Amino acid sequence: MNKDAILNNIKGKFKDTIKDFSEKSPRRVYIEIDPKDIQDVVKYIFLDLGARFNTASGLDTRSHFEILYHFTFDKLGFIVSIRVKLSKDNPKIHSIASIIKGAEWIEREMNELIGIDFAGHPNLKRLLLSDDWPKGVYPLRSDYKEWDKDAIRDRGI
Amino acid sequence: MGKTIIPIGPYHPLQEEPEFFQLVVDGEKIVDVFVNVGYNHRGIEKLSELKTFDQSAFVVERICGICSTSHPLAYVMAVEDILGSDCVVPERALYIRTITAELERVHSHLLWLGLAGHFLGYNTVYMWAWKQREEILDMLEGLSGNRNNYAMMKVGGVRRDFDSSSFPGIIKRLNDIVKFLQTIKKAVLDDPVLHARLKGIGVLTKQDCIDYGALGPTSRASGVDNDVRRDEPYAAYDRINWNVVTQQEGDVFAKAVVRIVEMFESINMLIQCFNRMPSGPIDANVKDVPVGEGIGHIEAPRGECFHYVKSDGTNRPVRHKVRAPTFMNLPTYKEALIGETISDATIILAGIDPCYCCTERVTVLDCCKGNKEIYSQKDLIRLSQEKTEKLRQRGC
Repeated sequence: MNKDAILNNIKGKFKDTIKDFSEKSPRRVYIEIDPKDIQDVVKYIFLDLGARFNTASGLDTRSHFEILYHFTFDKLGFIVSIRVKLSKDNPKIHSIASIIKGAEWIEREMNELIGIDFAGHPNLKRLLLSDDWPKGVYPLRSDYKEWDKDAIRDRGI
Repeated sequence: MGKTIIPIGPYHPLQEEPEFFQLVVDGEKIVDVFVNVGYNHRGIEKLSELKTFDQSAFVVERICGICSTSHPLAYVMAVEDILGSDCVVPERALYIRTITAELERVHSHLLWLGLAGHFLGYNTVYMWAWKQREEILDMLEGLSGNRNNYAMMKVGGVRRDFDSSSFPGIIKRLNDIVKFLQTIKKAVLDDPVLHARLKGIGVLTKQDCIDYGALGPTSRASGVDNDVRRDEPYAAYDRINWNVVTQQEGDVFAKAVVRIVEMFESINMLIQCFNRMPSGPIDANVKDVPVGEGIGHIEAPRGECFHYVKSDGTNRPVRHKVRAPTFMNLPTYKEALIGETISDATIILAGIDPCYCCTERVTVLDCCKGNKEIYSQKDLIRLSQEKTEKLRQRGC
């Protein structure tokens, strides 16, 4: 299957859930979907189309949280990034760790650094932060202040 | 029989990626493994948001001392992806990027080869490999000014030009290293003890690699044929001739073979680059970074290094995501270690070439008896070396 066929298949199969589709350059494609369909889309791209899971990147914007799931089609040399937008009040999405074992760590990382809840994750413990890091403080959120006494200094360092 | 838990850790804080392992063993056999990371998390992604686009290249250079050109290269390529067709990196800069990256690959693989030799009790290999690595570091120092943290990468090009008059001397030294590598290759591939010690040990199947998204030599040794240098050519990799090295077995032996053969490929690439390097400018003089997002990924010595950068039109990135190859490779221990013995743990852990720092001290804790025995890294390596010696005496 060539690149156009793959993109058309994705477009055709998920035409109801795709909110935005942009080919930024010949090697970079960004697709925004509805968060509730993430598992179906990931299953299709990872299992049926055989893309490699690179990583996911979480981001805190003014209006919402955003996750980009990056997939590489190695043989064709292009990256498809699946974008989901989550509300600030309830940042929750289905975990994809049951489909891709390699996504387990990155979801744990996004959970502790940005505070996104991954429903159905097998082991949603802290990965990088220390055990005495205060609960509910997420360092990669835009409202995080490193000079906030309650956030860091109280740890007695 | 009661299960015993062996924690491997804590770490040396001076190393890059400290890791913590708990091996659950039944007698000699490993039945489960827990991996934990983050003991030295430095918040570089956050730090990068506070630096300008130009400064961030220096920050990400400090992520790893061994791959100190991989991260900046992936980062500047991510920013160049935002710029799109506005930014055309000059030819000479592409060749300089390739040379720096490949010299780094050779020195990183030689470092691994030396450590692997040491863990197995082949200390001559250790001394020899590191002696040759020193040569490569000298070349890097001559070309870039630094043995490590070369600070060559810049959005739109490179920071310094190479002195073309030094190329003939470097090519001659590279040819000497090829001779050494041929000796090593013969010694490894023909040694019956190494065959007995490494074949079938720590096997990672192709399916495991796909499930975990394993990268680099770790996955190429299991028959996964991917390499960013070929699949999405960057720098000058599409202008020179070279091959992707793969093996099918997935054991530690296959990983060693992949790394050794890759060094030949790298030196071959380097010689081609030195011979073909065009003259001309080295920098595209990028002024502003527009609004947008970009992805840069490159093949670091340990696998694909992935950077995502988002810009809001100011002079600083609003988000900079860094994914180092070991982040994907480490969880594969769960598949590679289970079912093996403690004396093989050292070489399997070394097999994926983590930025190595894990076995500083090992505590053996027997749950049933409650007694405590502390193994140091020395003891672990001794266990490993004794096993090699036993095999040698048995005359395989």
